[in-house]
Amino acid sequence: MNDPVAPDSPSPAAVSSSAVPPLLELSEVVVRFGGNVAVDGASLTVDAGTIVGLIGPNGAGKTTTFNVITGLERPSSGRVRWAGDDISGLAAHRRARLGLARTFQRLELFGSLSVAENVLFAAELCRRQGGTVRPPVVDVAPDVDAVHETAALLERVGLGDLAATRAEELPTGLARLTELARALATRPRLLLLDEPASGLDERETERFADLLVELAADGLGILLVEHDVPLVMRIASRVFVLDLGRILASGTPAEVQRDQRVIDAYLGAAPVGEV
Amino acid sequence: MGDSGLPPVGDPGLASVGDPVPAPVLELRGVRASYGRIEVLHGVDLSVARGSVVALLGPNGAGKTTTLGVISGQLPPTAGDVYLAGRRVTGAASDALAGVGLCTVPEGRGVFRTLTVRENLRMATYRGVRLAEVEERAYGLFPRLGERRHQLAGTMSGGEQQMLSLARALVTDPEVLLLDELSMGLAPMIVDDLYQRVRAVAEQGVSVLVVEQFARTVLGVADVAAIMSTGRITSVGSPSAIESELSDAYLGAS
Amino acid sequence: MEDVLRYLVIFALQSAAVYAVAASGLVVTYTTTGVFNFAHGAIGMIIAFSFWQLSSSAAWDLPVLPSLLFCLFVLGPAIGWLLDRVLMSRLGGASTITTIVATIGLLVALVSIAGIVWPQSQVRRVPDFFEGESITLLDVNVSYHRIIALVAAIAVAIGLRALLFNTRLGTAMRAVVDSPDLTALNGANPRRIGSVSWMLGCSLAGLAGILIAPELPAFTPVALTLLVIQAYAAAMVGRLRSLPLTFLGALILAEIENGLALAQAKEWAGSFSPSLGDLAAAAPVLMLLIVLVVIREDRAALRPERFGFKVPRPSVASVAVSMAALVFVAAVVSVTGVFAVGTMNELGKGLALGIVMLSLVLLTGWAGQVSLAQLGLAGVAALAVWKLGPVTGLVVGVVATAVVGAIVALPALRMRSLYLALTTMAFALLLERVVYGENALVESFQPFASGNARADRIPGLEGDTAFFVFLAVVFGLVAVGLTVIRNGHFGRRLAAMKDSPAACATLGLDLTVTKLQVFALSAAIAGLGGGLLAMWKVTSVGRTDFALLEGTLPGLPLVLVAVIGGITSVTGAVVGALLFVCMPLIGSRVPALKDLMNLAPGLAGIGLSKNPDGAVLQVAEAIEEARAARADVDPLAAPERLGTDGDGTPGRITADEAALLDDELGLSWHR
Repeated sequence: MNDPVAPDSPSPAAVSSSAVPPLLELSEVVVRFGGNVAVDGASLTVDAGTIVGLIGPNGAGKTTTFNVITGLERPSSGRVRWAGDDISGLAAHRRARLGLARTFQRLELFGSLSVAENVLFAAELCRRQGGTVRPPVVDVAPDVDAVHETAALLERVGLGDLAATRAEELPTGLARLTELARALATRPRLLLLDEPASGLDERETERFADLLVELAADGLGILLVEHDVPLVMRIASRVFVLDLGRILASGTPAEVQRDQRVIDAYLGAAPVGEV
Repeated sequence: MGDSGLPPVGDPGLASVGDPVPAPVLELRGVRASYGRIEVLHGVDLSVARGSVVALLGPNGAGKTTTLGVISGQLPPTAGDVYLAGRRVTGAASDALAGVGLCTVPEGRGVFRTLTVRENLRMATYRGVRLAEVEERAYGLFPRLGERRHQLAGTMSGGEQQMLSLARALVTDPEVLLLDELSMGLAPMIVDDLYQRVRAVAEQGVSVLVVEQFARTVLGVADVAAIMSTGRITSVGSPSAIESELSDAYLGAS
Repeated sequence: MEDVLRYLVIFALQSAAVYAVAASGLVVTYTTTGVFNFAHGAIGMIIAFSFWQLSSSAAWDLPVLPSLLFCLFVLGPAIGWLLDRVLMSRLGGASTITTIVATIGLLVALVSIAGIVWPQSQVRRVPDFFEGESITLLDVNVSYHRIIALVAAIAVAIGLRALLFNTRLGTAMRAVVDSPDLTALNGANPRRIGSVSWMLGCSLAGLAGILIAPELPAFTPVALTLLVIQAYAAAMVGRLRSLPLTFLGALILAEIENGLALAQAKEWAGSFSPSLGDLAAAAPVLMLLIVLVVIREDRAALRPERFGFKVPRPSVASVAVSMAALVFVAAVVSVTGVFAVGTMNELGKGLALGIVMLSLVLLTGWAGQVSLAQLGLAGVAALAVWKLGPVTGLVVGVVATAVVGAIVALPALRMRSLYLALTTMAFALLLERVVYGENALVESFQPFASGNARADRIPGLEGDTAFFVFLAVVFGLVAVGLTVIRNGHFGRRLAAMKDSPAACATLGLDLTVTKLQVFALSAAIAGLGGGLLAMWKVTSVGRTDFALLEGTLPGLPLVLVAVIGGITSVTGAVVGALLFVCMPLIGSRVPALKDLMNLAPGLAGIGLSKNPDGAVLQVAEAIEEARAARADVDPLAAPERLGTDGDGTPGRITADEAALLDDELGLSWHR
């Protein structure tokens, strides 16, 4: 269940020799809320330059898994490793500084800021990392490099014309693109996307998918949680199926689609009487 | 329609024809709904005939629970209408709808976890039945609940909680029963048992709308099944006809 | 031994009984409606004063028992019902900050109403029940009143227990706590249940107020209203949920207070300078602070709270121009002397307090952090200016205020708005009672406590005219400076933190550092305002300038007025400052309006619950709308929502319609 990423991914960057630890590795992660177990020993890996899908029925623990990876939730047990280093105890903002970025299923844009400011903010933060905390009073001059990078990112995701629009006024599709641009502005090595296609129409989904493939080709690792399973099957090189907090199956999209356990997990087992 | 809240309009054209097909007890027409700026239902049409079990299936995120939310008055639709026995009840409040026989067993947590079994049943008396009667019938349906009447609902097993939730719904003689993901987190045996009881009340004339992600668990008891995907109903038909389309709807064409 | 018995058993039990009654009312309302009623004490105060009005021989002199029954079973529920109707129906789904502002508005309004109806010129007292009668228990005289208080508390405890566990209504009240949605799905109306709990809560507040009134050193609206701090502390021990723990909290608090009083009576601590009895006055505040810090209500730390404030984004240039205009007007007014000296005094105070309001614009308007302690913090710098002279004092004071502000923020870093509001309120009261108060820990602060501290002005600016213009210049500079910060990276950080803490953390922002910075900076600005206020007032600086509820321009109304002016913009602070000084001014000029002007901040705070954006922004928006109506509609600005607006509000089914549906569906239970 916890095999290393198969070398069948489209990007040469992902052909990992066994000596290189995966970019992200989750091992035996358990999350309990009171008496409920949301994640029950999930393990998975993501390599640089690959798109990995994480799918599963409602309540399978996908978003909780994301929260564990990004540090918003502490696992009850289990480890999160980043390029081989244990980061299980690291605060969320420190993980972000390592190159871990994410988007949110329920949009978490900074609504009162413009599209450009959302991205610029992330670009500025990224440049300030590790530096000393500057007193806020003198921290007012715009960072020229960050501004240029913001402009380039907005062009790349196709938001160039909307730079000055307040984020809360954006329709869903454009808001999701803004979140993506903002995440990219932190110069991540791994991008976690939580339901990026929900609320997008077909054309927008297409464009989004193309963009993700492009990004992976540039060497970015992407972990994708998505209800639109056909989309995941199309662009992911490897798919993990989460059910009741456990990894039920993993493999190439074709393998997973044929897996009877996966079909049962999604459709439910046939009624007892008919078995 | 008028602004009196609940105009007694219905659709006289349909209802008064007197043809053998009875008017549906529950009907949705062109319902759209949004969470904030995100529209999640893009025009849903659905009807449930008296005494039938209709299964609403589909992958998660399709809008099934939202549809139930609109029917039960928890989320006002942005467009379209909901009819109960031919009367428009669009936007009526949950408690008012519950008072006229629309009963909802919500997803996952259908019980008050910090109340005892008995106190949970007491809440059912808001629909006009006496506590003694509620208890008698509930414990008759599920003797296990009687043994645990003084236990906090939150400390019972998932199956027992679901029994309680269902019992509370059934004992008040609802006209329309809405069930959301009854099978969530339960063993197949228990799910099967619960759905057999649902089938039984439907035979007595209760109209049931079941939302299930795990489609196969409910196909056996449904009269009609509908598949929902991305906020629309994509197909409606007999359970056997629908079953063949399920794999595609959930996992994409292989 | 007798004294020990008297203090630790009899006195303590009586106090505990009253606190428990008050706190249980607070808890019942909070758990069933989700609204923490800052005005709980004020409601008890109004009912206690009404009881005085009915029963006192100095007023209507009606029999005691009917008066009491009327207050508890008619007046209390009526107030609760009215509040639910007027306030709660407007607060449905409102942000926490809005409910805080609205209930504080209610508190301030009730205190000023009481001041109008029962003027402070007259000394009142409420007699004990069965005054003078007592029984002797173990050699100690126990008055009937104390026994009644204890019996009342026990009755309340038993009654609440019976209500909550043995009736359908009580079951439904607990069910609402568990899940309001599920309660509605069961056919019970959560709004109606909320209404009942308001009625119950107000009656309990009234009972507590009436029981404690005879024991107060002074029967005044403010004293009674602030007794709610004891209730807060007790309720917080029960985490605003558990009634038994709330009763325990009340008992602990009462034992501490009376233990200290006993120690004082026995002179156990010898001639220890701050007398232990004075420490007893600070005990509830300290206990509230400690409990708030210890319980660490931090589960919602990364979930954004909705604020409902729109934040305008003026450019630095436009703010600079308006501030230049402000300075110009100030100079003209000051030099030409169009206003009388009294008016100028008020206007100068307004400018200094305006700077304190600017600190709220930064902290609350932009960073989304609530603080009720800004005016109290400003007093730290005023103390420094008085003690250390104008220049050194101002510098030291501003730095010290920043440090104190950061210290207040430390426990608050992960708190939700409600707990933040309570913590800062407790801290402000602690400063007021222990540092600035007549019982101040430091004896040499006495002149400050009595309001006679003398502050010098900065050399070269001794004249009123020069200093007035200087105040305007400082205000303008702070306003422009804040706008510069706002439009830079730090401003983006604040907006981002307010809009989505979770996204901030996952982008690499250290929320802790950012919050500490903004609390410190905001406190420093408040300190600057406080120091300048001390200099402006010259001879009569003191505690009442920096108190929470007492004095001419207290801290709670300051927060309200800042919100009314518009807490999200620096120009809003100008409006707020003007309102703050003009209302009493108008009141003193036009006697007919005096009462109205006293009431205005409280009423406006309540009124804001519907429109939390403040006056400035509402006007700006109206202008914007008028313009937009003429111009073409921007397709992007149009919401994505499709379909008709319909009658989006949930309608109610009338009884007739229900009967009709019953009929239609053939329902059988209404036999």
